[in-house]
Amino acid sequence: MNALYRYRRTRNQVWMALSFISTIIGLGILTLILGGLFWKGISGFHSGLFTQMTPPPGGEGGLLNPIVGSLLMTFIGVLLGAPVGVMAGTYLAEYGDKSALASIVRFINDVLLSAPSIIIGLFVYQVMVAPLGHFSGFAGGVALALIVIPVVVRTTEDMLRLVPVPLREAASSLGMPRSFVIRKVVYRAARTGMVTGILLAVARVSGETAPLMFTALNNQFWSTDLSQPMASLPAVIFQFALSPYKDWQQLAWSGALLITLTVLTLSIVSRALTSSRT
Amino acid sequence: MTENKNIVEKISIKKLDFYYGNSRALKQVTLPLYQNMVTAFIGPSGCGKSTLLRVLNRMYDLYPNQHAEGEVLFEGENILVPGLDLNLLRARIGMVFQKPTPFPMTIYENISFGIKLYESLPKSEMDGRVEDSLRRAAIWDEVKDKLGQSGLSLSGGQQQRLCIARTVAIRPDVILFDEPCSALDPISTAKIEELIDELKSEYTIVIVTHNMQQAARVSEKTAFMYLGELIEFDDTSKMFTSPGDKRTQDYITGRFG
Repeated sequence: MNALYRYRRTRNQVWMALSFISTIIGLGILTLILGGLFWKGISGFHSGLFTQMTPPPGGEGGLLNPIVGSLLMTFIGVLLGAPVGVMAGTYLAEYGDKSALASIVRFINDVLLSAPSIIIGLFVYQVMVAPLGHFSGFAGGVALALIVIPVVVRTTEDMLRLVPVPLREAASSLGMPRSFVIRKVVYRAARTGMVTGILLAVARVSGETAPLMFTALNNQFWSTDLSQPMASLPAVIFQFALSPYKDWQQLAWSGALLITLTVLTLSIVSRALTSSRT
Repeated sequence: MTENKNIVEKISIKKLDFYYGNSRALKQVTLPLYQNMVTAFIGPSGCGKSTLLRVLNRMYDLYPNQHAEGEVLFEGENILVPGLDLNLLRARIGMVFQKPTPFPMTIYENISFGIKLYESLPKSEMDGRVEDSLRRAAIWDEVKDKLGQSGLSLSGGQQQRLCIARTVAIRPDVILFDEPCSALDPISTAKIEELIDELKSEYTIVIVTHNMQQAARVSEKTAFMYLGELIEFDDTSKMFTSPGDKRTQDYITGRFG
């Protein structure tokens, strides 16, 4: 065994060890976070969690109003954001391609994708909350929609680009108008990927706190009125976790676990969808 | 080739030039395509044979920066004129591609889909049309019990015949084949060739192929192209036995290409 080879082998072992240690550290921290969250959160899971309102300090209560609020605002966010995202993504992939306008749209979309979400919240505050004079669940939904859009634009464009060109040509060769080719053939071929993109956008917004602070604010009481301030899980977690009350802190843990489980489920579902495609 | 058959010039290509941006891919191509005959385009890669095929249904129109000059007369009318309804043109000049391209839907829908674009048929008639198309493409017996399954579940050779059935279903006059067998095994290839031979009784057929035996087997007329020019066009039997041009001879004897 010559010296150079021995050196290479040692070097290889050192790097292997370093990579292994890094992996352990990364996974270890993740396990600690999830484990701690699960441990502290699960003890607060009781039937009242899903049926009772947020309590006053010391009172008995659950998370029904923030759960419903989060669902409502996420729903509005997806309802407003997903169609815009899908259509813009379609423009980029099918019509704009390498044109100047498409390049600009793509660049702005990338900027929006990485924009701090607090800025989105402030923007919606400025254009919706301030002029109307009050916080509202609808403004919260709009803020979430602005976060949904760039995610969906990106995934839609990527997924449409994966559809082979000959498939489009084959559809055109039957005498199909372009819009028909896109809606009936290309969308069908890319469907799972596009749905996955929307699910990921839902996962992304379901944990957003900052955009809701300036728009939907929060609400201690039951309300499904979209023109009024609305409770949401992230906002309640923020408020309760910082409070000095033990029972509020417990509810914050349970709420955090709830969000984490939702995001986890969405990620697993979208992964399953993507892998079953092939 | 039977000499007593009424020879009709279905498509006349006249002084056709084609450009990808500024690069000229076809140079003054003039060529007739006859009804009820199979015409093969042969030549080395990049010679322009696929480009020529894609002019015939104006597939190139899907892309910016590609344009054709000259004339392509289809039943006497120039199809290169601006403003022509391309969808109607493509419904009459069908195309089968190199790789099988079944749509991501059921076998039945793969066929009915194209028909629905131009005709609204009651269910029973549609069933008849689907069956007829699949029979013409010699695939009916293999798929009749699984019309509800995805077109993607079929083998490569079956997928290609499904694509032929789909093209036949909308009743075109001309069918363009762009290397239809290059992704298939020899048995599937033989089936497609047999099918092409049957289809020519009703359609005008053009086939681009890299396989010279295939051109010799299926076609009546052969066009040899080289570097964007049509070098020679004649009866297939003559082209493969006594070609007029040195370059044709070199190519078909495998000396280059």
